[in-house]
Amino acid sequence: MTDERSSPVIALAGQPNVGKSTIFNWLTGLNQHVGNWPGKTIEQKIGTFTHNGRQYTVVDLPGTYSLTANSEEERITRDYILRERPDVVVAVADAAVLERSLYLLTELIALPVPIILVLNMMDVAEHEGIQIEPKVLQAALGIPVVPMSATHGVGMDRLLSTIEATVDGRIPYTPSRPHISPEHQEVAEKLKAIVAPILPDLYPPDWVALKLLEGDGEMIALVRERLSPEQWKAVDALLYRHEDAVLDIASARYAWIERMIRAAVTRPRVGQVSFTGRLDNVLTHPLWGMLILLAVLGGVFWLTYTIGAPLQGWMGDWAQKLAGLSRQQLAAAPPWLTALIADGLIGGVGLVITFLPILIIFFAVMAVLEDTGYMARIAYLTDRFMHAMGLHGKSFIPLLLGFGCNVPAVLGTRIIETKRARLLTILLAPLVPCTARMAVITVLTPLFFHSYAPLIAWGLVTMNVIVLALLGILLHRLLFHGEQASFIMELPLYHLPNLRTIGLYVWQNLLAFLQKAGSTILLVSLLVWALAYFPGGVQSESYLVAFGHALEPLGRLMGLSWQALTALLTSFVAKENTIATLGILYGSDLAAALPHSLSPASALAFLVVQMLFVPCAATVAVIRQEAGNRWALFSVALLLFISVLAGILVYQLGAVLGLG
Amino acid sequence: MYPLIKLKANQRGVIRALRGGHRFIARMASLGFTPGAVVTMTRNDGFGPVIVSVRGTRVALGRGEANRVLIVTPQGGHLD
Repeated sequence: MTDERSSPVIALAGQPNVGKSTIFNWLTGLNQHVGNWPGKTIEQKIGTFTHNGRQYTVVDLPGTYSLTANSEEERITRDYILRERPDVVVAVADAAVLERSLYLLTELIALPVPIILVLNMMDVAEHEGIQIEPKVLQAALGIPVVPMSATHGVGMDRLLSTIEATVDGRIPYTPSRPHISPEHQEVAEKLKAIVAPILPDLYPPDWVALKLLEGDGEMIALVRERLSPEQWKAVDALLYRHEDAVLDIASARYAWIERMIRAAVTRPRVGQVSFTGRLDNVLTHPLWGMLILLAVLGGVFWLTYTIGAPLQGWMGDWAQKLAGLSRQQLAAAPPWLTALIADGLIGGVGLVITFLPILIIFFAVMAVLEDTGYMARIAYLTDRFMHAMGLHGKSFIPLLLGFGCNVPAVLGTRIIETKRARLLTILLAPLVPCTARMAVITVLTPLFFHSYAPLIAWGLVTMNVIVLALLGILLHRLLFHGEQASFIMELPLYHLPNLRTIGLYVWQNLLAFLQKAGSTILLVSLLVWALAYFPGGVQSESYLVAFGHALEPLGRLMGLSWQALTALLTSFVAKENTIATLGILYGSDLAAALPHSLSPASALAFLVVQMLFVPCAATVAVIRQEAGNRWALFSVALLLFISVLAGILVYQLGAVLGLG
Repeated sequence: MYPLIKLKANQRGVIRALRGGHRFIARMASLGFTPGAVVTMTRNDGFGPVIVSVRGTRVALGRGEANRVLIVTPQGGHLD
């Protein structure tokens, strides 16, 4: 039997690290859609599930510690609840850190929607020696309380039946609500009386008064805009006189939480060190923690190179075989059509597909690190190094894994909370020398520099790291005015990763990559293919080469031949194209022709430009996906400028030293 | 009153005040840093961020942030 009236809407709310997405994934499985909140860069997940013949819609709200409009996540969460008025809000709390994770409940319970409290991670709490009696808590709070261990699927049935009963109005709902001190309550009443007549229906006046006292920027702006100047003056004076209210309100909320849980919770004796505490003694230690981190990262690289890279090569070969096969099949077709399908199309699709093995490994690693709680420790350990660049410790992992490939590095910045730090990390990521660029260096350096090759190669990598650090410091100062992202980060309790959560994380991110970045990569590689093919079907006479010739004046400043310039241009599709293009343009014997054509100073300039050059099409595509057109363009222009400038400097300096 | 950063590992303090703008205070309060709450320093290596426990939550704080949390000792005496 289906209920035709409507599909009730369930909103999932909770602080970060409480296992909210695990519950969302359990409820919806693959019936979910990942997008962005309208006009925001924050991920929005919506899904559906059916229970007893009725379909429900589930909206996963962003994880937030509170509902004061300090962050985009907080604004989205409260705007959604106030504007859309979901039928039920499921507030997820972590049973192992109950006190703190009930703080969000104290804010949610003040809003005009029915709440179900989920006590998740009951198993972790037990492991940490904490005993909770959900029934006692339910009696105190006056709202339904459901104990769960979502990673093991424990409590799901109970959650489903509680949701159903709440939607049908079959559960008594008599919530207890926190009170603030009598002094501030009086002020709140005064504020409420002033603002109540001018508020849009959406906002409960009580709630707005409280938010004003908390210094909520959005509510202050709203009220200021709607009040007459005299009324606003009165409000402003009240707020100024009671500036300390924000801490009083927070304290009152915690006092309320303490009263609510007093009878329901038994804690381990003071001084007893928890499981997480014992692990952290080692894992956050400045020496041991660092060594373990290095070992973990070593393992990740090992995984990437022993599994990812061969798979990538294998898929590349396979794409080439397919191209050969299609050439045979299309022998009768016009040559341009054959080339379009075999080289342009299959080449482009093949390029997109070869990214998949490395991306799967990368996303799985990210999910495991995040889900176990270890990611926060990595951020803690590396924060001291990242600080100078205005970056958060959380920028470390994406940048480091950029050595494998810049594409996942850019995608991985999603774990960084502040917009600024995230953008800065995205702009810096292309400077991390990826495997493709390393391959080019490995092939070309010995041709030019023989026994000095390892030293030169090492120097080039070091140069990239130094340029990255310098650019980081510079952008941080210029673009972001040296504003330091404050480092306040919860270290969640350790727990075992959940396979389903990891699997869905990998799946959703791959899907997003294929849908958004995949099409851009395909288009760009088709475009460059066309430029290298037309008008005559021979690369050495193509538009691309003509373009390389046109750039010769610029090339002369760097001591670069048109062949070298064209090779750089094709490296935009994929960095490894550099070698193939040089091979085509210089004829078969690259090893003999190259040192002949480029002097040591030119060769060094070429390698330097190659290392610092515009990110590859795939990286630009994901920058565009994550940060928008403007920043993708900025990134291309910035790196073009830096690489050409460095090339000119290196060549001119080399020429002065007699290496030209 | 002492800034929280002065605590050595395993020392405890009771929060008296937070210094900073509304944003900082609201963020810290939502994590459990409110007057009267007991904080335990779990790691303070003398450089880099510190780790403290408050209301059962472990929180990593930059040294600057930890300097803006003011505490007294649980007995109200001097800090050794």
